[in-house]
Amino acid sequence: MVDWIDVGHLDDIPRLGARTVATAQGEIALFRTGDDNVFALHNRCPHKAGPLSEGIVHGHKVTCPLHNWVIELESGAAVAPDVGCAPKLPVKVEEGRIWLQLGIRLKVVHG
Amino acid sequence: MSKGKLVVVGNGMAGMRTVEELLKIAPDTYDITVFGAEPQVNYNRILLSSVLAGEKAMDDIVISPRSWYDEHGITLFTGDPVVALDAQAQTVTSAGGRVVAYDKLLLATGSNPLVPPIPGLDLPGVCSFRDIKDVETMIGAAEEHRHAVVIGGGLLGLEAAWGLKRRGMSVAVVHLMPTLMERQLDTAAGQLLQRDLDRRGIAFFTDGQTEEITGDDRVRSVRLADGREIPADLVVMAVGIRPNIALAKAAGLDANRGIVVADNMQTTDPSIFAVGECAEHRGLCFGLVAPLWDMAKVCAHHLAGGEEMLFAAPALSTRLKITGIDVFSAGALAAADEADDEITLQDAAHGTYKKLILRDGKLVGTVLYGDVADGAWYFDLMRQGADIGAIRQTMIFGQAHAETGGKSAALSVAAMSDDLQVCGCNGVSKGSICKAIAEKGLTSLDEVRAHTKASASCGSCSGMVQQILAHALGGAVVEAEPAMCKCTDHTHDEVRRSIVAQGLTTQQAVRETLNWKTEDGCAKCRPALNYYLLCAWPTDYVDDQQSRFINERAHANIQKDGTYSVVPRMWGGLTTPAELRAIADVAEKYAIPTVKVTGGQRIDLLGVKKEDLPGVWGDLNDAGMVSGHAYAKGLRTVKTCVGSEWCRFGTQDSTGLGVRLEKLLWGTWTPHKVKLAVSGCPRNCAEASIKDIGVICTEAGYDISVGGNGGIDVRVTEHLCQVKTEDEVLEYAAAFLQLYREEARYLDRTAPWLSRVGIDYCKQRVVADADGRRALYARFLFSQRHVQIDPWAERADKGIEAHEFKPLLKVG
Repeated sequence: MVDWIDVGHLDDIPRLGARTVATAQGEIALFRTGDDNVFALHNRCPHKAGPLSEGIVHGHKVTCPLHNWVIELESGAAVAPDVGCAPKLPVKVEEGRIWLQLGIRLKVVHG
Repeated sequence: MSKGKLVVVGNGMAGMRTVEELLKIAPDTYDITVFGAEPQVNYNRILLSSVLAGEKAMDDIVISPRSWYDEHGITLFTGDPVVALDAQAQTVTSAGGRVVAYDKLLLATGSNPLVPPIPGLDLPGVCSFRDIKDVETMIGAAEEHRHAVVIGGGLLGLEAAWGLKRRGMSVAVVHLMPTLMERQLDTAAGQLLQRDLDRRGIAFFTDGQTEEITGDDRVRSVRLADGREIPADLVVMAVGIRPNIALAKAAGLDANRGIVVADNMQTTDPSIFAVGECAEHRGLCFGLVAPLWDMAKVCAHHLAGGEEMLFAAPALSTRLKITGIDVFSAGALAAADEADDEITLQDAAHGTYKKLILRDGKLVGTVLYGDVADGAWYFDLMRQGADIGAIRQTMIFGQAHAETGGKSAALSVAAMSDDLQVCGCNGVSKGSICKAIAEKGLTSLDEVRAHTKASASCGSCSGMVQQILAHALGGAVVEAEPAMCKCTDHTHDEVRRSIVAQGLTTQQAVRETLNWKTEDGCAKCRPALNYYLLCAWPTDYVDDQQSRFINERAHANIQKDGTYSVVPRMWGGLTTPAELRAIADVAEKYAIPTVKVTGGQRIDLLGVKKEDLPGVWGDLNDAGMVSGHAYAKGLRTVKTCVGSEWCRFGTQDSTGLGVRLEKLLWGTWTPHKVKLAVSGCPRNCAEASIKDIGVICTEAGYDISVGGNGGIDVRVTEHLCQVKTEDEVLEYAAAFLQLYREEARYLDRTAPWLSRVGIDYCKQRVVADADGRRALYARFLFSQRHVQIDPWAERADKGIEAHEFKPLLKVG
């Protein structure tokens, strides 16, 4: 059983913005969309490892700040025709608190 | 009717191509038997050099696998050379004792390496460069031995030398003549070739007459007539080829250097034909592949019973297959007499050389070295015997230049080779663009950009990509004023007008009123809308940080590794010891890895970690420095020269004026970045003529010019006006800038905007219309009241936007 970690309040992330969580395995980007959904992705664009958390969030997507790849927040997949994936992590919002699951997934991510 | 019997002697490229052509036009005419001396099936001999160089595998160069012979019912005997021909009895006898009768015989025996009478040729470690066995010998030697000597500096010898060099051997080439490839290249090109190969580590012994190959159980050295001795573990004989005519001669066929054939490829025996290197047509033998293909076609036609098609020796061209060395030659190498003309173009530093030989208004010879892109075009002109009178002046510069007068926009995309790199940023060739267009059915520039990344980075090749697309689609591609982005059908100009006309003051209002297709826009339209609203409503609109690109949100430039660069403002390029000391202290305190002087006369601190930014800014603020906005679509720098204060040529205080301009304009947001310069005299040391606004001081006053750009498309400024005082410079410059702010599209620099609206329009608005100018200036000053706040100080001291610089949490 993997623990859920309380990483902060929804309002700590600007709407249509992102914050990061620093972990021993690398940075996790938490995105808050216009409809107040929160998504968690590994903070590395599949293209050239750009920090996705610094991109512009629109709809359920983020545009990488380095070369404008567009990444689907729900899956971490690059929008066609680009191909690649930023691994996603389980995240949930309960009563305004953001809960993130680290651990096993991350180990897979780092292969 | 029973089939005739066709026997083919020679399982090489010319013989098998003839069989292929025959099967195409008359598949059931003959029972076909093929004898090959080599154990392999038909392979592409031309590519042996690529196999030797390790660029291709043996399997890659097979033309017809065994299954091909089976499918077509061809009886194939490999490794069994024909040793006797009885033209009376119409039979051939092979070394293996096979006797086969024919109705028609095709001789395609090729040629043998030319072997001069040199002592030592029979030593182990000596080979020629003709077949797969030779290549295997050479590859084996390269694995075990060090020194190779190639005898012969022609096409074949040089390809052998390069291949052995690639395989790690130390290689020397002995050549009888003073320059390399003297049959295909003139002296100048031959010398360039030698220089380039010499730089790649191949040693040359020109004017070298080989006297002896020494050694006991293996070669040891090559000794030249002049006494020079070259150590050798491998000796490759590549001095030339001789048509293989022994069989034909013994059978009583006419043969000189090659087997004599008529225009229909028939030998002096009507049942026997000959094609390829072994044939001699009108006194000429051929060693290149193009005429062999023609021979094969003609011969197949006659074998199939045709009578019309005749062989005519074509013009020939040569290319050398050494990676990175481009050589092209065709026709005459030099003027034959005074009636001929030569045109040459040589750039020794770039290693390019071009020579054209003209006779009676036609091109009769081409030698190209280094830049061979136009080889095919020149060759075409030669073959067509085209009258080159009209392009004579410019043809040496290539097709694009000759046909368009050097206008790159009209560059013939049809003439571009597939290898030509169109997009330098993303390394996309014309070939891959065409492939994507064909395979994925692309019809717009956007699609091509999306699928290939061509023109997706700097965009300077967009025009060329557009042309390739138009060419591929066989017609013009419609290019209307594009919509702002995929979220809307409205153009930038329409959106700007609506914002003011309908009084829209928030992004949400714009998107709702103008029927946006997305809830919160995209990374293209959000920054644009944010700017348009900010410009239209400087007091009311609240700047939306989430619609800013990261650089403008973090007030620093993101680098490829996710760190940032920090550039403090240096007014007019002036600094002080105290400022420099503070910069040095900051760089050491935060372990900033790179400190660089920028082109805009200030200092860039590169590699700052994001969480250190507020600290770095705070320290710089303490020393009196503020943000240089090096990250902004806004005012960057005002570059100056020292002017009349120090310079003996200076006419006005250009530095002081630069400082005044920068103090007036800093902090403004504009459609794209804005750079200024002030030069103290027309010598223009501050490079004012490639800035968005450039001021050049004269004794009479100040010349203001606008719309320059030093970026992808260099564009020189256009003259706006001349004014008498510094105050006027400030007013005119700010008014021009406000016009640009209000009317240009987001991400347009002043240069493309000015190209669109024209300098006369700007003169009318800023110079002629004095009231209009003052109004523009007033609006600019009003707007500045709300933005001239140092964003660094706000974030360093007041903790504004603190979340931007801190992780939400650290775990583990």
